[in-house]
Amino acid sequence: MEYIIIIISAVFVNNIVLSQFLGICPFLGVSQKVNTALGMSAAVTFVMALSTLATYLLQYYVLVPLGIEFLQTVSFILVIAGLVQMVEIILKKISPALYQALGIFLPLITTNCCVLGVALLVVNNEFTFGSDPHMLNLGQSVVYTVACALGYGLAITLFAGIREQLDLNNIPKVFRGVPIALIVTGIMAMAFIGFAGIV
Amino acid sequence: MGKLKLIIDGIIKNNPTFVLILGMCPTLGTTTSALNGMGMGLATLFVLVLSNMTISAIAKLIPEQVRIPSYIVVIAAFVTIVQLLLQAYLPSLYETLGIFIPLIVVNCIVLGRAEAYANKNSVIDSACDGIGVGLGFTIALTILGFVRELLGSGSIFGWKFIQGDGILAFILAPGAFIVLAYLIVLFRTVTAKKA
Repeated sequence: MEYIIIIISAVFVNNIVLSQFLGICPFLGVSQKVNTALGMSAAVTFVMALSTLATYLLQYYVLVPLGIEFLQTVSFILVIAGLVQMVEIILKKISPALYQALGIFLPLITTNCCVLGVALLVVNNEFTFGSDPHMLNLGQSVVYTVACALGYGLAITLFAGIREQLDLNNIPKVFRGVPIALIVTGIMAMAFIGFAGIV
Repeated sequence: MGKLKLIIDGIIKNNPTFVLILGMCPTLGTTTSALNGMGMGLATLFVLVLSNMTISAIAKLIPEQVRIPSYIVVIAAFVTIVQLLLQAYLPSLYETLGIFIPLIVVNCIVLGRAEAYANKNSVIDSACDGIGVGLGFTIALTILGFVRELLGSGSIFGWKFIQGDGILAFILAPGAFIVLAYLIVLFRTVTAKKA
């Protein structure tokens, strides 16, 4: 039951793009076509799940026991950058097809703030899912991360769908490009506020 | 004169928020009030100037292939300094900005200036570039925060001039996106007329 609450909360109620403002740059950058949006969200899901797992273990088995939590930012970003590089090399070797599909998105992901953002949220914040505020354990962290990534995929895919239609319309010149995209995102965010109170 | 032009370019011609559309996450996430926006902008300015100077000083020592990871480590070090300073001296701002302080590391503006400017230019020029772009970012965030605060909670820099609540949507997520969209449109209209 708790896992279901975590998933609904992370996908709809606290959607990572539309209510937490993480990963906006790629959200605006790679949402021209539904297919690229799907590729990006698959790559994000994959990397985010792995990086949260790695940073969770790093936090609780290295940084906390040694009392060097202040190195959190530096060590997390290094782990994520290294991990992305490693995923790229491994994918190239064992699954060229998957590499073809995700390859171009992988270098972009290091600077996608939602990866570092979710890793930090998981270890720094208390969550209230069904019970009193508590830190997430390893299983909950991974479920939460994958749900966040799914929420990201949902938002970016819906947005790409709308954007494909937008191109066909006659939009005033100063609104073209980013401004109209931001207005559409704002309206989507307004729609997602409707989910507040479900959980 | 050249140095001053570098700074002004950063504020207007290369404004990171309104022209280059970079660093959107902190722009949208922290601007619930003018003061929060300004705090975030100044924290980024601090990191940007110091990382630009450091990177331009050590650029020749870093091998080409590992330059991006090295830049990230330099930036992350300065971000940690800002984080600890804010925690010590401005704990309430630190609480409000929350996760967006460590996320300065992955702010594309900082890495972007390191890669596009600081590694090819002198330390002084890089510092001026950092000040210009940082000020451009700070001004943009302050304006965005000002408009959202004005409409959303009916106050100016924390001074409340109406009773009760404002239009709550402007403090919540949708307001952030829509106000930013209209500010970009306004900026484009004004600068297009000038040119």
